[in-house]
Amino acid sequence: MARLNLILLAIAVTCALSAVTANHKARKLFIELDREQSRMHQLDVEWGQLQLEQSTWASHARIEKIARDKLQMKTPDPKQTLTLDGGKQ
Amino acid sequence: MKFSSSPVLSQAVPAWRSRFVVLMLMLAFASLVGRSLYLQGINNDFLRGKGEARYERVLEIPATRGRIMDRQGDVLAVSTPVKSIWAIPDDAKLQPAQARQLAQLLEMDVRELNRKLSSDKDFIFIKRQIPPDVADQIAALKLPGIHQQQEYRRYYPVGELTAHMLGFTGAEDEGQEGVELAFNEQLAGKPGSRRVIKDRRGNVVEDVESIRSPQDGKDINLALDDKIQYIAYSNLKQTLDQFKAKAGGAVVLDTRTGEVLALVNLPTYNPNNRSKLSGAQLRNRALTDTYEPGSTMKPFTAAIALEKGKFRYDTPVQTAPGRLTIGNATIHDSHPNGVLTVAQVIQKSSNVGISKISLTFPPETMWDMYDSLGFGTPLKLGFPGEVGGRLRPWKKWQPIEQATMSYGNGISVTLIQLARAYLVFARDGDLIPLSLTKLDTLPPQGKAIFSAQTAKEVRSMMELVVQPGGTATKAQVPGYRVAGKTGTAHKLEGGQYANKYVASFVGLAPASDPRLIVAVMVDEPSNGIYYGGDVAAPAFSRIMAGSLRTLGVAQDAPLKPVIITTDAKEEF
Repeated sequence: MARLNLILLAIAVTCALSAVTANHKARKLFIELDREQSRMHQLDVEWGQLQLEQSTWASHARIEKIARDKLQMKTPDPKQTLTLDGGKQ
Repeated sequence: MKFSSSPVLSQAVPAWRSRFVVLMLMLAFASLVGRSLYLQGINNDFLRGKGEARYERVLEIPATRGRIMDRQGDVLAVSTPVKSIWAIPDDAKLQPAQARQLAQLLEMDVRELNRKLSSDKDFIFIKRQIPPDVADQIAALKLPGIHQQQEYRRYYPVGELTAHMLGFTGAEDEGQEGVELAFNEQLAGKPGSRRVIKDRRGNVVEDVESIRSPQDGKDINLALDDKIQYIAYSNLKQTLDQFKAKAGGAVVLDTRTGEVLALVNLPTYNPNNRSKLSGAQLRNRALTDTYEPGSTMKPFTAAIALEKGKFRYDTPVQTAPGRLTIGNATIHDSHPNGVLTVAQVIQKSSNVGISKISLTFPPETMWDMYDSLGFGTPLKLGFPGEVGGRLRPWKKWQPIEQATMSYGNGISVTLIQLARAYLVFARDGDLIPLSLTKLDTLPPQGKAIFSAQTAKEVRSMMELVVQPGGTATKAQVPGYRVAGKTGTAHKLEGGQYANKYVASFVGLAPASDPRLIVAVMVDEPSNGIYYGGDVAAPAFSRIMAGSLRTLGVAQDAPLKPVIITTDAKEEF
């Protein structure tokens, strides 16, 4: 009888300890998840800012100005244009 | 000295005194037990609540507003986080040096800051929407009573180019104009909240429950083509400067899908900096302002004439002597012609000719046509302030009205309505709804208004308009066949026609297989030139040429015609 009690006690103690460990692990994992989620949000924000920056640099007004003034480019004459009839075989 | 020999012991103390002390101790103990029983067992909800309140927090999870992108996926509007600085004036007792430092970081006047902080309100915003890095510097100062709040600010990288199309959002990130308002439901995110347990370092250790999960706003892909929009904008602007015009609008439509590829209004504004805005800048003329379209309406009358079989392409119409009197009003052609064919009536833009054609039909037929083309009813694109224009019920029409409406007077439309109505010529007679957003599939067959035969014939009449002898040779686009119609209308002011004009041109290209419709309207050109063929047609030509090149549309004309500028003067 005493033996059985001892075994049961050992099981109970093990269970209690593993419950504590599991809880601790869960919390650690959760903190990690939380951190990654906020990182995701941060990156999303950064992506938005980069898109914004890209759009600003790539604005057509700016491209046209640089192309015309700095690179001395001009729109090709229709006579210099050859439209290829792609896709129709 | 031994304890047992202590003199204190030898004194005879009454026994009740020790019993009394024991009793008091027992009572005190019992009351402690009772209190703890009460706290632990009976009244524990209150305490548990208090305890949780010390480590549980409800966190707001912000949701971002969706981006607006053009059809290529280029970003036109995006929200990025900013901080707003607010204060509790009673708590904010700043040293003069601190106040100076704060004012400097916020780029505001110290006196202004002190005035705000001395207000007797409980809560004030000191400055809204400042960049996060500045906010971090302010947070590092650890000023008492100064707090921060995360907000979002909307940025429009292309600025004034798409101002009217996109509209803008208010300080609370909700749509107030344009697409921002029309699609606010999809764009707006729904902030969520969750209950968490925090440890003493402020780390979240456990999610107790998610009260509401946040939903980020959805991105919107507009039908707009960033590049075509730029082409339309820069050319319209150039035209307005050249002719010293008050305002203008341009619309580019894809005839295959009904998508709005560009929509420009001038004057415009910078949506990123709206401190000095006037009503004129805000007006989305192409959608919310009606005007009398003038001769750009003529092709519709020609189309119904062909459709009903009363006229053919080459049926002669007598337009001499350039005058037509109906009741006590007279319609004039400013350059009288003789007998013209129906095609020439369009080419020369004869008011008398088109009026005579129109008057051979009962008013109901004409009204039905205008109505089925969408005049008089708003397009229902979801845009704020959209209007339908004026189309009076046919039962009230006078014969003179029926005649003037055939050349676009006494009827008012918006530019986008007119552009859409031209879809019937581009799409071989059928009309489809317009779309502001990018469509993934071709729209189903539209509503047939005219037969394909009629549409093709009117298209070739409109091709004559840009040929030598027509009113708009300046609308020619090298390499492409173009069909279109000029319009020059007197403006109505207080019910009277004033000596101010609206010059317009609506056209499509390539005429052999139309791909684009471009409509240009210039309000009050004021340096003496005001004909649609002189003012709006060149802008049309440049916008059309640029757009066709952008889309890589195959040329359909031999490259001979060099622009010939011996225009016939149009009527209005």
